[in-house]
Amino acid sequence: MSRRPKPEPVQIVKERRDGALSALVHGVPYIQFLGITFDRRGDELTAVLPFDEKLIGNPMIPALHGGVTAAFLEVTAIIELSWSLVWERMESGQLDPASLAPGHLPRLPKTIDFTVDYLRSGLPRDAYARARINRSGRRYASVHVEAWQDNRSRLFAQGTGHFLMPDPGAGRDG
Amino acid sequence: MTDRKALVARAFIEAIPHARAIGMRLDEIGDGLAVISMPYDPRLVGDPETGVIHGGAVSALMDTCGGAAVMSHPTGAVGTATLDLRIDYMRPAAPGQRITARAECYHVTRSVAFVRATAFDEDGARPVASATGAFTLERPAGGAA
Repeated sequence: MSRRPKPEPVQIVKERRDGALSALVHGVPYIQFLGITFDRRGDELTAVLPFDEKLIGNPMIPALHGGVTAAFLEVTAIIELSWSLVWERMESGQLDPASLAPGHLPRLPKTIDFTVDYLRSGLPRDAYARARINRSGRRYASVHVEAWQDNRSRLFAQGTGHFLMPDPGAGRDG
Repeated sequence: MTDRKALVARAFIEAIPHARAIGMRLDEIGDGLAVISMPYDPRLVGDPETGVIHGGAVSALMDTCGGAAVMSHPTGAVGTATLDLRIDYMRPAAPGQRITARAECYHVTRSVAFVRATAFDEDGARPVASATGAFTLERPAGGAA
């Protein structure tokens, strides 16, 4: 007879995590404007930018707008950073994901600088991106993002940014 | 700046679906210098608590402006694409205000154009962001312009 508490049902865990991610992503109008969504496997996120006519920068080729590519990478980096903060607090029980509602979202990291390296033109089809947090301190973070379309190994853009982390003492959600 | 060049550059902006989607307006163009602005738009907000426009939208504006500066350079480029762009965010743009980017193509080689850009809100004294970038420079077929 074990005294260990029964693990939570998988559906409850999934609902909690997906709910928190959805609240975070849907809280930002610009992410909705670009149509970016996030796939989650455990704590790993993949950003998806479904193709849309309004994302085109060069109608002759046609190619995704360089600014859209930059925005996609930056959004991916910011959500990855915020998600890492939310995940930690959610899994340790400090944050009740049900409290994540409009007006009660965690403060987002602020971009200090962002550099985009355009490797090939973005094709008129869906794009994907994943971010890697190379350093996350109390005040500053450095994040690298890779974006691809058809082949994971053929990146069409990559970026690195520095971010100012939200003050944990001044969180909107306590 | 010739009228033809100004027309070409204006058409360049108006033909860009993404520039149209976020309401970009070409304010000035010529001799490697471009000024493009965009209105405040709640759809572009990055921080719902403050109403500040997302950095990504400012990047899109600066990138477009950089490309326009390259196209208007006296060298007579027929096409351009961004190779790299670094943006420094100095302060949040004031909610409700128009954002204006000014880009200068300060040097060109046979195939590369170097660009500096600055973005302002309605306070023209304190920049919101600055950027530097390298762009490809496609010259007309048949040699140097």
